[in-house]
Amino acid sequence: MTASGFQELAIAALLVVLAAFIPMLSDGYWLSIAVTAMMYIALSTSWVLFSGPTHYISLASGAFFGVGGYLVATGMSDYDLSFWLMAAAAPVVATILAALIGLATLRLSGVYFVIFTLGLAEMIRNIVSWVQNNFLGSRGLYVLTDFTEAHIYWMLLGITAAVYLLGWFVNRSRIGFALRIIGNDETVARHVGINTATPKVILFMTTGFFAALVGAVIAPRYSYIEPNQVFSPELSFLVVIMALLGGSGRLWGPVVGVIPFTLVWEFVAVQFPNQTTLFIGLVFLLIVYGLPHGVVGRLEQLAASVRERRNA
Amino acid sequence: MDILVSGLLLAGTYALMAMGLNLQYGVARIMNLANGEMLVLGALAAFWLFVTYQVSPMLTLFIVAPVSFAGNWLIYRIFLRPLVRRSKSQGQLEVDSILATFGMSFALVGIMVSIHGEYFTYKYLSEPITLLGTTVALNRFVAFLVAVLIAGALYLWLNRTRPGVAVRAVAVDTEAAGLVGINVPRISAIAFAIGGAVTSVGGSLISTFITLDASIGVIFTMKALIIVIMGGVGDIRGAIVAAIILGLVETAVATLIDPGLTLAAAYLIFLAVLLFRPQGIFGRRAT
Amino acid sequence: MRYSGAVLSVRGATKRFGGLVAVDALDFDVAEHQVMGLIGPNGSGKTTMMNLISGALQPTAGSIALKGARISNLPAQEITRRGVGRTFQLVRLLPSMSVLENVIAGAVFGHRHRWGREAEDHAHRMLERVGLEAMAFAPISALTYIDQKRLELARVLAGDPELLLLDEWLAGLNPTELETGIELIHDLRGEGRTIILVEHVMDAIRSLCDNCVVMSSGKKIAEGNPADVLADREVVRAYLGDEDA
Repeated sequence: MTASGFQELAIAALLVVLAAFIPMLSDGYWLSIAVTAMMYIALSTSWVLFSGPTHYISLASGAFFGVGGYLVATGMSDYDLSFWLMAAAAPVVATILAALIGLATLRLSGVYFVIFTLGLAEMIRNIVSWVQNNFLGSRGLYVLTDFTEAHIYWMLLGITAAVYLLGWFVNRSRIGFALRIIGNDETVARHVGINTATPKVILFMTTGFFAALVGAVIAPRYSYIEPNQVFSPELSFLVVIMALLGGSGRLWGPVVGVIPFTLVWEFVAVQFPNQTTLFIGLVFLLIVYGLPHGVVGRLEQLAASVRERRNA
Repeated sequence: MDILVSGLLLAGTYALMAMGLNLQYGVARIMNLANGEMLVLGALAAFWLFVTYQVSPMLTLFIVAPVSFAGNWLIYRIFLRPLVRRSKSQGQLEVDSILATFGMSFALVGIMVSIHGEYFTYKYLSEPITLLGTTVALNRFVAFLVAVLIAGALYLWLNRTRPGVAVRAVAVDTEAAGLVGINVPRISAIAFAIGGAVTSVGGSLISTFITLDASIGVIFTMKALIIVIMGGVGDIRGAIVAAIILGLVETAVATLIDPGLTLAAAYLIFLAVLLFRPQGIFGRRAT
Repeated sequence: MRYSGAVLSVRGATKRFGGLVAVDALDFDVAEHQVMGLIGPNGSGKTTMMNLISGALQPTAGSIALKGARISNLPAQEITRRGVGRTFQLVRLLPSMSVLENVIAGAVFGHRHRWGREAEDHAHRMLERVGLEAMAFAPISALTYIDQKRLELARVLAGDPELLLLDEWLAGLNPTELETGIELIHDLRGEGRTIILVEHVMDAIRSLCDNCVVMSSGKKIAEGNPADVLADREVVRAYLGDEDA
């Protein structure tokens, strides 16, 4: 188990190094797709940290991502604070928010949690626009930095690597083990002595931290930010889809889902801009009925049956 | 007083859609997150028939109800029954049904956007009337009356008829209901279909006084869920009280502070329920 | 409540579900190294009583103390950490984990914190203890029914419980398996463990228990050594109805 664990880590490190060269090889269109893909890889890998083992479907990514983007924008635009300060503060705010949400909902059944996160981005968007309209003046916010697409890409890659490394450690730690037990059977978890709320809340906070960090780092890409646009409920769903499509049973599952999905998504968005919602719906149905354990799960099934046949 | 009257009138339709969701979640055990889209479909039908053929929304109800019943019945048989069969635990069924109904929700929004991407704006019975000293639009009052009528009929059906009792038996205990000879899959399908039909009818009614669009369903799903949880899953009486609370609070917030904050107000209530009474208003603490 | 020397003291434990009183003012003690049988007809409240002890349910009234310290109203995980381990009436395993991991789960979060090598070695010992070592790396789906029961027991033993609750652990076993099962509990008894046994298998009760509490409709109707208790007229009536008594 340990040997294969380090092997996995080495492969991941190699991939990160290779991925770091992408901005040298391409620019313009393909780089911009790479930035989008890297953003979703970071988001859905951090989503899997929590939702993979517990099977709690979090739709809060859009809210945390929005908190990250909005705080950077308002900090730089309204208060003249530096990007770095805001990029550091935003994840902390999101982590606190996640802790509060987690404490309120994660002690209860998973359904309440899903429902609570379902409207979260929309609700925060409403509050932010209300505050913006009534107290701060309704106008767009500027995020002006010297970053190029390549810089943003490398920052996102760094975040992804950090998420992965953290996840690798979590999977080998008591808290990760506790989370797997909870995902299997919460009653058993309590009866082996696990205080089930704690690990859930902690991992959910981690997810919130990284989603906000990604939101903060990607903000300079848009330079002009409407508070209304950064809190996107759609983003939460895209993160869930990509993570599940790849397979949430493995930390590297989402990568397998993100890359093809981003490419197809770009194609659909350009060719059939009015059918994107329908497309999301169809992919959800495909996952539930065709790939309940994602592409990775299906591959592992195939590998297992091949092994069985060879042994037989 | 204004707030009280409009809040109560709004609560009528909220209660109706929450009853629909309650049947689907409480009886068929399907957490249907496409519930709001069923509502919007009902609204779209009312709008489209009115604008194209000048059909009164009150007549449209008689078309919407059976069509939605049949559609939801098919959805249950084709898409949801297989999930119920393959799931090994209630938890897994919940995750599966949430994801599947998300899929349906998005697919339905996509289809509706391509039918009519604009707001569903039309004028029906919009003349003002005076009610308890306040002025409200007639359409709100009519929608309220019809909602109360349907909710009342549903309540009587559930409590006074044989199939209604069977539905409630499945809600209380699926396994025991099966043991006493109730055809659980059939009752579940019927409950799911009725739930969908009731919700769609609620949508037709709401569309007479609130302007909807194809993608607003999720907001209504949210509200229906909050009402159902506040009232206690499977508790019709609780759902009615919860609908009134939500209707009043939303109207108060919209009038006194800002219409953009109604969802935030709903969330505040939701949070209070989760923290203090997760078992619902009338629910006993489930231990 | 004073520490009376009993490992577990139950005083006036009551559980109501709406109008139904599932456990009605139950009193009993379990001394150290004692094996106590909790018996009674179906629906008499035995499993509810087990749930009250393990914290799966909270009592409506009354108190339960472990070695003199009150444990009623604590959450299940806290009661586990204080040394109460239980099996479930319908076996509960962790299906996506291997046999070994299932046992490690019991070893890690109990009142002794083990991790890594130590937890693994401990888990292997527990598997040996219940005779399942050969299956250590198998998936759960490969286990027979008695092996699943053994595995659940190994998981509970891995937490070093001071008090072991076995809820119909022998139910559903075929005659050969039953023999193996009774022998296994016999060995546990030989180790001097304190055990509460909910059981319908009367042979097991006779040969394993030092003491018995008989429940009927939530109440305690008899208590004493198994042979006496099972001959008691009221107990026979509770099980078989009036005419046969």
